Amino acid sequence: MKRVWYIFLALLFTPYVLAAEMPLNMTKGVTDISGQVYNLHMTILYICCAIGVVVFGVMIYSMINHRKSKGAIAANFHESTKVEIAWTIAPFIILIIMAIPATKTLIAMEDPSDADITIKITGSQWKWHYSYFDQDIEFYSLLSTPRAQIEGTEEKGENYLLEVDKPLVLPINKKVRFLMTSEDVIHSWWVPAFAVKKDANPGFINEAWTRIDIPGTYRGQCAELCGKDHGFMPIVVEALSQADFDIWVAEQKNQASTAAAEAEASLSKSLSMDELMAQGEQVYMSRCAACHQPNGMGLPGVFPPMKGSPITTGPLMDHLEIVINGKAGTAMQAFGKQLTAQEIATVITYERNAWDNNTGDMIQAADVSQHGQ
Amino acid sequence: MSNNQGKSNRKLIGILIAGAVGMFGFGFALVPLYDVLCEQLGINGKTQNSASTYKPFTIDESRTITIEFMAQIQSDMPWEFKPEVKRMRVHPGELVRTHFKAKNLSLKDTIGQAIPSVSPGQGAAYFNKTECFCFNQQRLMAKESAELPLIFFVDPDLPDSITTLTLSYTLYNITDRGYVGSVE
Amino acid sequence: MNTLTREAEPNMEIGQVEAASDHQDEHQQHPSGIKRWLFTTNHKDIGTLYLWFSFIMFLTGGAMAMVIRAELFQPGLQLIEPNFFNQMTTIHGLIMVFGAVMPAFTGLANWLIPMMIGAPDMALPRMNNWSFWILPFAFTILLSSLFMEGGGPNFGWTFYAPLSTTYSPDSTALFVFSIHIMGISSIMGAINVIVTIVNMRAPGMTWMKLPLFVWTWLITAFLLIAVMPVLAGVVTMVLTDKYFGTSFFDAAGGGDPVMFQHIFWFFGHPEVYIMILPSFGIISAIVPTFSRKRLFGYASMVYATSSIAILSFLVWAHHMFTTGMPVFAELFFMYCTMLIAVPTGVKVFNWIATMWRGSLTFETPMLFAIAFIILFTIGGFSGIMLAITPADFQYHDTYFVVAHFHYVLVTGAIFSIMAAAYYWLPKWTGNMYDERLGKIHFWCSVISVNVLFFPMHFLGLAGMPRRIPDYAVQFADVNQIVSIGGFAFGLSQFIFLALVIKCIRGGEKAAAKPWEGAEGLEWTLPSPAPYHSFTTPPEIK
Repeated sequence: MKRVWYIFLALLFTPYVLAAEMPLNMTKGVTDISGQVYNLHMTILYICCAIGVVVFGVMIYSMINHRKSKGAIAANFHESTKVEIAWTIAPFIILIIMAIPATKTLIAMEDPSDADITIKITGSQWKWHYSYFDQDIEFYSLLSTPRAQIEGTEEKGENYLLEVDKPLVLPINKKVRFLMTSEDVIHSWWVPAFAVKKDANPGFINEAWTRIDIPGTYRGQCAELCGKDHGFMPIVVEALSQADFDIWVAEQKNQASTAAAEAEASLSKSLSMDELMAQGEQVYMSRCAACHQPNGMGLPGVFPPMKGSPITTGPLMDHLEIVINGKAGTAMQAFGKQLTAQEIATVITYERNAWDNNTGDMIQAADVSQHGQ
Repeated sequence: MSNNQGKSNRKLIGILIAGAVGMFGFGFALVPLYDVLCEQLGINGKTQNSASTYKPFTIDESRTITIEFMAQIQSDMPWEFKPEVKRMRVHPGELVRTHFKAKNLSLKDTIGQAIPSVSPGQGAAYFNKTECFCFNQQRLMAKESAELPLIFFVDPDLPDSITTLTLSYTLYNITDRGYVGSVE
Repeated sequence: MNTLTREAEPNMEIGQVEAASDHQDEHQQHPSGIKRWLFTTNHKDIGTLYLWFSFIMFLTGGAMAMVIRAELFQPGLQLIEPNFFNQMTTIHGLIMVFGAVMPAFTGLANWLIPMMIGAPDMALPRMNNWSFWILPFAFTILLSSLFMEGGGPNFGWTFYAPLSTTYSPDSTALFVFSIHIMGISSIMGAINVIVTIVNMRAPGMTWMKLPLFVWTWLITAFLLIAVMPVLAGVVTMVLTDKYFGTSFFDAAGGGDPVMFQHIFWFFGHPEVYIMILPSFGIISAIVPTFSRKRLFGYASMVYATSSIAILSFLVWAHHMFTTGMPVFAELFFMYCTMLIAVPTGVKVFNWIATMWRGSLTFETPMLFAIAFIILFTIGGFSGIMLAITPADFQYHDTYFVVAHFHYVLVTGAIFSIMAAAYYWLPKWTGNMYDERLGKIHFWCSVISVNVLFFPMHFLGLAGMPRRIPDYAVQFADVNQIVSIGGFAFGLSQFIFLALVIKCIRGGEKAAAKPWEGAEGLEWTLPSPAPYHSFTTPPEIK
């Protein structure tokens, strides 16, 4: 019997000793609040463990010493008002002791007033969009892990599934307020290091805030089931010192004007079929393949196929319309706001010619712009 | 089974079935109940969707409230939609006029419905609109643009703890939906 | 089907069992074969049907869990694609809640309540038949939706709108319909239980003499009647939102998606207690028997159960702390939730006080009961941690929550059902089960279930969200251990199946009261229990 217990305990605990590279506890995080939450978590954990030791201790003592095989004869008591009142009141007091720090921390967490910087976070299937309220900066942030790693044809990187093409950049030591909302279903924006987890509800806004103490890169994930690729919409936050943050903001402004100039230039540019197809495939794989699948077959009954579909092989106008303006009431988003004219042109060309669609159509950025992107 | 017991069974079954049917109804009754509670307690930051009348208040010059405007366009909505000003500072009781700009980017006529949401939710009850484009559906022809007016005032009873009110409009594409007005 | 037929056959001699495959019913008024089961109004037959049905569903839902654990065995997408993964988690949850745990309790109620209160049968036998026979249809509909184009429900068993409305697959109507049928079945079962307990007690069986299993089931039945209709209401709203243009949960039409969660959890939290209160009754029967000592604090057990039931209506929003509630609401729900620890604690203390200075033996039912007390309490501890709102922001929707509710439901509800099966099998079949095999089943289960669920706490704390088909590489090792535990736990259940079949087929003949310390009317009946439990009311001391 004893040996079984030892084996049981060994089985239970050795794996965690072996898995040393993975932190097994809640993170302390890098904000005052996350530190408070961590302390609260540890306090309650210790209290629970202490209660557990006492309660299970009594029980195991009884199991060892009060067995029939040891000649134990059952006593006759079956109630005691005093004892029963005592063990009703004792937990009550313990609970009050737990509730006091919890209340304090909660009230601190729920006070987003007097923020230095406000960021609107919008969840959509399956990416995050960040918009800096006062800086005129906005961008999408998508998973950047290559499909080959997910499918196992390539070795998984260090930050597998926790890396994005463009992280949210925040200054440290500033009170940052987040306004969360969603474009479609409910998402939840969670960065463990800040102890911030707040649902993004479509049609409503939610507030949360943080003040980061230490510069660094912090990763999180969507924490509310939001459909097929719920597991593939990570969050990466880069916390910079104020000086670095200012440099970053300036860079963004520059990049924005360069991008605008490039977009302008692309309108007068004509790409060859090969160029269109090559660029289009890239855009398709990063933006469209999650639903319509890399092979263009879609998911029957959920996401329509691209191969041989009336959209991709029918009139070009309809194809432009649905890609640019989306389809109301479905998961098909309006990509006119997410992609440049050139990206749309290439991806439409790709969709109309890949998978034996072979319409031979070539679409240029100017065509897209004419449609009214 | 005695006759008596059959009778008592039937009575009890009747009560229990009535209870179950009542709870089914209660499920639906939770819908208006929730709306009332939200309005009273500011649970979800919904604002009223009919115009309030402006009584000339004494404008509380000693307090300044920051009002932030946010526009959110749902992913299937092909419009451009933004506030004329992102942020303004107002005194409680002051009647303020502003507008949002909307443009239909698509080649189709589109009907939009803007849904307001205020944060913090407790402030929603104090944010009064005498005129708002969100009271009605908005229809824009292909490529048409419009200025959508909003006239509001902040109730001077706004709790002191609230210094900033964020008003977000989420714009939905309801062209293909059979809504007649809003649900309420 | 043969094994089914034999199990409840009351007057069969052990020696005849082998010859009984084309068996003759000794009760002329009861049809034999399939008709007996289709048309039966006998509480024992219906109880047997419920129990087998729930075991089949347990294996079906378990098979889906195996698919989930196989996919999560290592990072990357190997076996199934994410949309199918979501269907697996959704249907696994629905089947385990509505197909395995709840019917198992109804089965136990059918078998035991008339015997425990000194009644001949349930009060409403024909309704009893209906409430069982609509269940297989409900689950056939639910499972068949998996084969539709677009797949089955993929929005989690909690089916949050708008994922379950605007963005759900076409099969959602089938999902809604099957939930309706399950709800009707549960409500009919609950009405039957209440009427039986209120009107069919033997003379002298006063309220405070009722066995705790009867008490807990009575309270459960009231909870069922109170909340199953709310579930029916909320799925109806999902149906009309998706197909008929209403907008209960669509902000565009003036609704609110968060309201869905409020209504759902108004059902959902009492539902959690529906799945655990009868367990308390079972444990309160088993612990005294094998301690050879009366249950400590009977009255406080009754009061504790009632207060848990009442509190369960005041805590629903603790599932929704991250949805953005005002601080005062968060505080209210945090305090109420913490309060539930008090009556639950009373129960655990009472069981331990029952064992204290008893004369303990450790047959399989007792082993499962002890495992229940320890592991359910661990689930309770993580429950208190989850109640603390600031900490919940870190735990919410991670594997910590998955660990928590599996401790409560698997090592809680399921273990208590296993304990009950072992405890009353001699009464049901007339044969003792194989004690050695029972112990093997227990040790395999209890070890594997901890390897399966305990490490999930760490996964959650380290930041792994639930309901994801693929995960970051740092979670790989622990997930592998969890999956191995999962496979072992799944396989262990076949030992139980073998044991039950063996016990039905024969074995050492059970006495009327096979357990030395057992108390209660059911033990005054011969084993196996006669077709009609008490044709004349027993005398109550």
